[in-house]
Amino acid sequence: MSAEINLPARGSRQSVGRFVKAHLRDYGMLLSLAAIVLFFQYMTDGTLLQPLNLTNLVLQNSYIVIMALGMLLVIVAGHIDLSVGSVVAFIGALAAILMVRLHLDFVTTTLLCLLAGAAIGAVQGFWVAYLRIPSFIVTLAGMLVFRGLCLILLAGQSVGPFPVEFQRLSSGFIPDFLALDLFNVGKFHITSLLLCGALAFALVVLNLAARRRRHAVGIEQEPLALFAVKNLALAAVLVYVGQLMASYRGLPNVLIIMSVLIALYGFVTRNTTVGRRVYALGGNEKAARLSGIDTRRLSFYTFVNMGVLAALAGLIFAARLNTATPKAGVSFELDVIAACFIGGASASGGVGRVTGAVIGAFIMGVMNNGMSIVGIGIDWQQVIKGMVLLAAVTIDVYNKNKA
Amino acid sequence: MDSIQDMPILEMKGISKTFPGVKALDNVNLSVREGEIHALIGENGAGKSTLMKVLSGVYPHGSFEGDIRFRGEPVAFRGIADSERLGIIIIHQELALVPLLSITENLFLGNEQATRGVIDWDASTLRARELLRMVGLHDPPETLITDIGVGKQQLVEIAKALSKEVKLLILDEPTASLNESDSDALLDLLLQFKARGISSILISHKLNEIAKVADRVTILRDGTTVETLDCREAAISQDRIIKGMVGRELSDRYPRRTSAPGEVLFEVKGWNADHPAHPGRRVVKDVNLTVRRGEVVGIAGLMGAGRTEFAMSLFGRSYGRNIRGQAFLGGREIDVSTISRAMANGLAYATEDRKQLGLVLDNDIRHNITLANLPGVAKRGVIDHEREIQVAEEFRRRLRIRCSGVLQEAVNLSGGNQQKVVLSKWLFADPQVLILDEPTRGIDVGAKYEIYTIINQLAAEGRGVVLISSEMPELLGVADHIYVMNAGEMVAEMPAAEASQEKIMRAIMRSGETLMSGEVSL
Repeated sequence: MSAEINLPARGSRQSVGRFVKAHLRDYGMLLSLAAIVLFFQYMTDGTLLQPLNLTNLVLQNSYIVIMALGMLLVIVAGHIDLSVGSVVAFIGALAAILMVRLHLDFVTTTLLCLLAGAAIGAVQGFWVAYLRIPSFIVTLAGMLVFRGLCLILLAGQSVGPFPVEFQRLSSGFIPDFLALDLFNVGKFHITSLLLCGALAFALVVLNLAARRRRHAVGIEQEPLALFAVKNLALAAVLVYVGQLMASYRGLPNVLIIMSVLIALYGFVTRNTTVGRRVYALGGNEKAARLSGIDTRRLSFYTFVNMGVLAALAGLIFAARLNTATPKAGVSFELDVIAACFIGGASASGGVGRVTGAVIGAFIMGVMNNGMSIVGIGIDWQQVIKGMVLLAAVTIDVYNKNKA
Repeated sequence: MDSIQDMPILEMKGISKTFPGVKALDNVNLSVREGEIHALIGENGAGKSTLMKVLSGVYPHGSFEGDIRFRGEPVAFRGIADSERLGIIIIHQELALVPLLSITENLFLGNEQATRGVIDWDASTLRARELLRMVGLHDPPETLITDIGVGKQQLVEIAKALSKEVKLLILDEPTASLNESDSDALLDLLLQFKARGISSILISHKLNEIAKVADRVTILRDGTTVETLDCREAAISQDRIIKGMVGRELSDRYPRRTSAPGEVLFEVKGWNADHPAHPGRRVVKDVNLTVRRGEVVGIAGLMGAGRTEFAMSLFGRSYGRNIRGQAFLGGREIDVSTISRAMANGLAYATEDRKQLGLVLDNDIRHNITLANLPGVAKRGVIDHEREIQVAEEFRRRLRIRCSGVLQEAVNLSGGNQQKVVLSKWLFADPQVLILDEPTRGIDVGAKYEIYTIINQLAAEGRGVVLISSEMPELLGVADHIYVMNAGEMVAEMPAAEASQEKIMRAIMRSGETLMSGEVSL
């Protein structure tokens, strides 16, 4: 390809090594996830990446990933939100009351629930941003309040089941327009595979275009060899995952929602002025304010955003269980926060990436899933997860200090 | 035999210290005599702080090359505790005091007057009083650190050093954030210590201080010793020292410019502001200010005169409460009630506190430069990364920001280069009137000259510049018109051509007397 030939031939082994070293944190996380996947793939005799299990893995972790997107912004802005687990439960309960008791349709319910999430975020955000009460305290209060309200709504009982259309939010799969019966061994979901292939192709083309653009203005970037390996690996993984899922029931609806949100939040944090301002706010609130940024409003909106995403997660979780229970979402906040920190976010704000948080969420998810298959009890699972969190952050901090 | 005066208390020979990729110190020699005040000077990044960290054991023995002898004995410190035990005490620029503890508690932190872990408060208080008397601080020892000014905090640090039986006191830019009278008091204290046989190493950028107290001067440049000059044998001119620091003659410390102020650009009338924590206590009183197109207007005054408070209350009410007054740009009244409105109306304020208020230290140079004008590199809210890099590169070249690239984090830059990044940020915001609050504080002579050049360029472009500075020679050298502020009021104004340091000081003193006695003297 001409684009590649035009680039300077600086892809020597030495410069690759130097670049990897300089960006160890970025690659390290991805490699850790790959290592953990391979480890459990081996330990579970291949069960981990079986189509059924892979699909379950996605379904089980979708709500954590979605909330991690919002939590990342909250943490980058220098705050924390402990209430998300309770909000998940409360929104689930609200949805159950609206649909099961009041027989509202699922579209209206979804909209009302997302609105309720925004309102919850707005109230907490108001307390944090305008009344300047530390977010730890405000959301600790929120955690108690919304758990309590959830119990009140449900009167302590489980409410369900939900209408079928609502369940599809979580247990549905995208329709197959090109269903094929390959070799008469069962349905193969060709649309899913094609979608993944197209996505892989689009990503590589976009990356290449960005690389050329940066090259044109003389920005130093990763060596060509590394770029090629990275993109090929990315494309290969996407196609492989697509093929696996296609051989089961195709891509789950939730995966589509999640992917769109990941892309959206990745774009917002990297490429928009709003995203940049959130980083500046978390990095140095006073300097950001004196640069003309309305830091209070920005803090406020990170909480509103978190509320909406927590509500969405609450809907997905309720749809997955097909019932609203008072115990829903217990300790979700810890998984979500852990995902962000494993993903390299800084507890003091200003630092963190969407890709990091997503990888962090999947590291936790794969470990949960893998350890369960291997037969490790819930007791030891928690011990191991706790130590992984501590180790990940320690390595991160150590690397940063050394740099 | 030499007299005792000439015996070296400290000898550092052939000190070299390498960081990954950088040789910070290269064969540096430093010899301090018993009972002398030895000034250590050099541009930012010349290696002064690194050398002092080697001396105090922050960089332990073995992590550098060369020998250190203290009172004739070779020493090998493994940490600060080792050097402190021998009486080598370093007072850093950023004071290491706990704000919410009392003076006494801070004095004996880590060295409590205690028996078996139980503190003897009576003994502590008595000893604290004695130490405070030695440094001339008369506040009660139970006062919290947060309630006393920076000047007094500096004295507490020195008292703390005294409590540790100091033999060699190292002060890293002790007067950088002090006003003139506090600085003088501090320098007098050093002279008293000298009389009692305590040696000091004084790191400073202020050449007049060095001329006043130093016995000898060692000049560092680019990690090597340039020379050691004896100030007592013959007076050393400031130009002589500057030449050693920068390696060239700086014939003029202020760039020449032809100023041609135009019509009135910016006016403030009847500006008032109250203290944020004490409503009703006015800290800015009926201030009027006029800035012409292409004019550099200086505001002189002592620390705490209300200059920063005035500027920040003007800039989108970022300081104070109950703010009243009018601001005009080009004759039209403008809304400056929020920072974004003030900016939209052509105002910019570059803070005196780069690290706390000016920069996002963890972000790179590029992100800091574009922060105040993100729409300038974005289209409909989407940032154009290539354009952003180009903008940052342009400012790096124009302001000569010394860095490995615009992707370097601001935290690793020297003070002068950090200041240039702050200036770049506000230049990119393209203001009509730029308020610069102590833009050259704590930066070296060469960088100062560059900052002045930038100020001149801004004026030449027809903008108005307000320069707040505590260094009177700087105001006299750079400004066209000088206002003098004291206790929240503008007490005098004069064209720079008619101004002198004496005239400015007299204006401040006279207004002080007026305030005290309630009547106009002279």
